[in-house]
Amino acid sequence: MAFIVISLIKIAIVMGVFMTTLAYLQWIERKVLSHIQLRVGPRRAGPHGLLQPLADTLKLLTKEDLMPSHVNRFFYLLAPGIAITLCLLSIAVVPFGPEISIFGVRTQMQITDLNIGVLFVLAITSVGVYGIALGGWASNNKYALLGGLRSSAQMISYELPMALAIVAPLLLLNTLSFREMVNGQGGYSLGFLPRWSVFQGPWPQIFGFIIYLIAAFAETNRIPFDLPEAENELVAGYHTEYSSMKFAAFFMAEYANMTTVCCIATLLYLGGWQPLFPAPASNFVPVIILLGAAALAFYHGLHPARKWDNITLPVVGVVALIAAALFFVPVLNTILIPAFWFVSKVGFLLFVFIWVRGTLPRFRYDQLMRFAWGFLFPCALANLLITGFLVASSSR
Amino acid sequence: MDTILFIIFAVIAIVCGLSLVLQKHPISSALSLIGVMGSLAVLYWLLGAEFLAAAQLIVYAGAVMVLFVFVIMLLNAGSEKASRKSWFAQIAGLPLIMAFVAVMSFLIVAYLPPSRLVEFGNFAQGTARQIGVALFTEYLLPFEMTSVLILIAIVGAVVLARKEID
Repeated sequence: MAFIVISLIKIAIVMGVFMTTLAYLQWIERKVLSHIQLRVGPRRAGPHGLLQPLADTLKLLTKEDLMPSHVNRFFYLLAPGIAITLCLLSIAVVPFGPEISIFGVRTQMQITDLNIGVLFVLAITSVGVYGIALGGWASNNKYALLGGLRSSAQMISYELPMALAIVAPLLLLNTLSFREMVNGQGGYSLGFLPRWSVFQGPWPQIFGFIIYLIAAFAETNRIPFDLPEAENELVAGYHTEYSSMKFAAFFMAEYANMTTVCCIATLLYLGGWQPLFPAPASNFVPVIILLGAAALAFYHGLHPARKWDNITLPVVGVVALIAAALFFVPVLNTILIPAFWFVSKVGFLLFVFIWVRGTLPRFRYDQLMRFAWGFLFPCALANLLITGFLVASSSR
Repeated sequence: MDTILFIIFAVIAIVCGLSLVLQKHPISSALSLIGVMGSLAVLYWLLGAEFLAAAQLIVYAGAVMVLFVFVIMLLNAGSEKASRKSWFAQIAGLPLIMAFVAVMSFLIVAYLPPSRLVEFGNFAQGTARQIGVALFTEYLLPFEMTSVLILIAIVGAVVLARKEID
C-alpha cells in the first residue's frame, strides 16, 4: 500500500515538473532563437513573455478541430495518441538523484528502477516511430505521406549508430540500470577530474558522446535533420493535416523526446547527478549562483533603467535569496543539490539542441543517409570495438 | 495483480491476433501484429524474462515491423478484395479446423510430460547477464551459427541490391 502511495506521489511530481518543463522549453527555445537572430522574441503575454506557453495552450485548445475528409479515421486519431504516450513513458526510468529519506521514508528520486533501464528506453524509442509514420500515412496527403516515409527511414538508420554509441559506456560501467550506472561514475581521478564516462578510462567516451548527440538530433527530428517536416518541401510534413490539440500532441512529443534524449545522455555520459568537482565545495555552487543573481537584481533595482525596475527587480532578488536559503534546509538540500546538478547538465544539452537549431542549415536527404551509413555507423562501430578491447584487456 | 495483468494482456494478444487475420487492410493487419508482439513482451516480463521482453520490443516491434509498415506505405497497398470461397472451404472448413484442434490437444495431453504450473516472476534466468553467459557457454554453437547465417543474409541482400542498380 505504502509503495503504491509513494509511487503515485512520485509520478504526480515528475509529471507536473516534466509538463511544465515542456511548456517552458518552447518559450526558452523561442527566446534563445530570437536572441541568436538579433530579435527579442515573445514579449507581450506577461513579463518577458513568460505567460506565452499558457496563451499558446489556450489558443490550441480553442482552435477548430478539423477532421479532413478521406482520412483513415481510426489511425488518424490513433497516431498523435501513440506519439504522446510513448514519449511520456520513458521518463519513468530516469533517475534524478540518489536514494533519499523524507520523514523516515526511504525512496529513490526516480519513478521506477528497472535493471534493464537502457533497454526499456531503446524499446520505447524504437516503437516511437509509429506515431509519425502512421500520422503521415493516415492523413491521405502526399506531403504527409512523404514526411512519414522519410521519418521512418531516417529513424531506422540513426537508431543503429545511437544504439552502438550507447553500448560503449555500458561496457565501461558494466550494468544496464541507470541508477547503478550513475553510481559507477562517482568519484574523481587525480582528485579533480570527475569519473564520468566522457572522462573515464581506459577509453573516454567523448567520441561516443558526440555520435550519440548527432544521432539524437536525427531521432528527435530536429534541425539539421528535420527532413520529415521540411517546410519548404513538404508544407509541414507528417502533421500537415493535423490541427488543434492533435497538432499540439505531436508538438509536445517533439519536446518530450528532446528532453528524454538529453536526460539519457546526461545519465550515460555526463555522470547524472554527480557534481563537477568534489563534494563539500560543489554543494555551494547553486547557492553562489543564486546569491550572484540576487546581487545583480538588487544592483539594477537601485539603478533603474526602465520605469518599473525599482519594484520588480528587488522582488526577483528576494525570490533568489529565498531559493538560496532553501539549499540550507537539512531535508531539502539532499534532494535539491543532486537535482541541481542533473537539471543543469540536462539544461546545457537542451541549450545545445536549440543553439544548433539556430546555427545549422538542413541536410539534403541523400546527404542525411550517406552521413548515417557511411560515416556515423563506422565511427560508432570503431568506438565500440576499441572500448571493448581496452575494457577486456584492462580487466585482466 | 499479476493475474489481472496476465488476463488483460492475454486478451489483448488474442484480440490483436484475430484482428490480424480478419482485417482487410494490410496496415491494419501489420499494426495488429505489433499489438500481439507488444502484449507478448508484457507477458514475458510478467514471467520474469525482462531481457527477452525488451529484445522482443526492440527487434520485432521496433525494427522488423517498422520495415513492414514502411514497405506497405511505400507501395501504398490498398484493401484486399475478398476472394470467392470455394465450395469445399465453405462446407468442410469449420469441421476440419475443429477436428485439427481436437487432434492437436489430444496429442499434447496424451504424449507431453505433465509440467508444473508457471508462476509469475519465478523465472530467475532472465537477466541480461545470465542470458549473455548462457549464449557464450552453453549455446555457443547455435549462437555462432545464427550470426554466420545473418552474415550470409546480409551479403545476399547486398548482392541482390547491387544487381538491381547496375
